[in-house]
Amino acid sequence: MAMLHTVNKSPFERNSLNSCLTKSKEGSSILLIEDAVVGALKGTIVADKLSAAIANKNVYVLGSDLNTRGFTEADILDGIKTVDYAGFVDLVAEHSNVQSWL
Amino acid sequence: MSEAIKKFMFVNTKAPYGTVYALESLEVVLITAAFDQDVSLVFCDDGVFQISNNQNTEASGMKNFSNAYKALGDYDINKLYVEKESLEERGLTLDNIMDLTYEDDDWAEKPSIKLVTRAELADLMDDQDLVISS
Repeated sequence: MAMLHTVNKSPFERNSLNSCLTKSKEGSSILLIEDAVVGALKGTIVADKLSAAIANKNVYVLGSDLNTRGFTEADILDGIKTVDYAGFVDLVAEHSNVQSWL
Repeated sequence: MSEAIKKFMFVNTKAPYGTVYALESLEVVLITAAFDQDVSLVFCDDGVFQISNNQNTEASGMKNFSNAYKALGDYDINKLYVEKESLEERGLTLDNIMDLTYEDDDWAEKPSIKLVTRAELADLMDDQDLVISS
C-alpha cells in the first residue's frame, strides 16, 4: 500500500515540499495542509514542480485551510484534488503509513 | 514624556494562521499607533497572504482576523507597502489583495496599499528609525 505524505509549511519559506516531492515514490499521495496550501496556487514559482508531481502522484489540498487563506478550488492547479476533514481521515485510513514533512 | 516621533516599519513576511506571527505583529502595530508614532507596514514574501481577499475561516474554525486590517486606516496607519515581486512569485496580483483605505483630512477615501518593488522597499527601509520584522 502506498504512503501518504503531509506537508504543512509554505514552499516559499521552507524546503519541505521540495524534499517531499523528491523523496516520495510514484503512486504515493501528498496532502498539503496549513500554510502549505498556498503552494497549490496557479502561476507560482513552484507550480512547475508540483505539476510534474501530479503526473504520477496523487496531490491533495485541505479545502478548509485553503478557504481560510482566501482561496478556493478555482485558484489551484488542475489535477490537485480538494478534501475536507473527513477526506483527510479517509486518506489516512487508505494509506499504509503517513510521513509528516515538518 | 518625550514628544519624539519615530518612524516604525513593521515588515510582515509570514503567511497567516499557520503560525501566530501575523496576528502578534498586528497587535504590536495597533499598540505602536496608539502612541502616535509614524507607522508603516510592509507585506512581502509570504506576508502578502496576510491581506489576501475573501479569507473564510468557517470550515477551519480559526479566528478570522483579516477584518482588523481594515481598521488600520482609522488608526492613521495608511502606508501599507506590498512587494510586487512577492505577489508575482505567488501567482498573485493586487486583485487578490484587500482593498484597504483611509480617510484623508477632507474625509476623502484614499487607498492605503502601495505596490512597491524590492529595490524601492530597500530605500524605504533605509529611511526608518526602527524596522521590526516578523
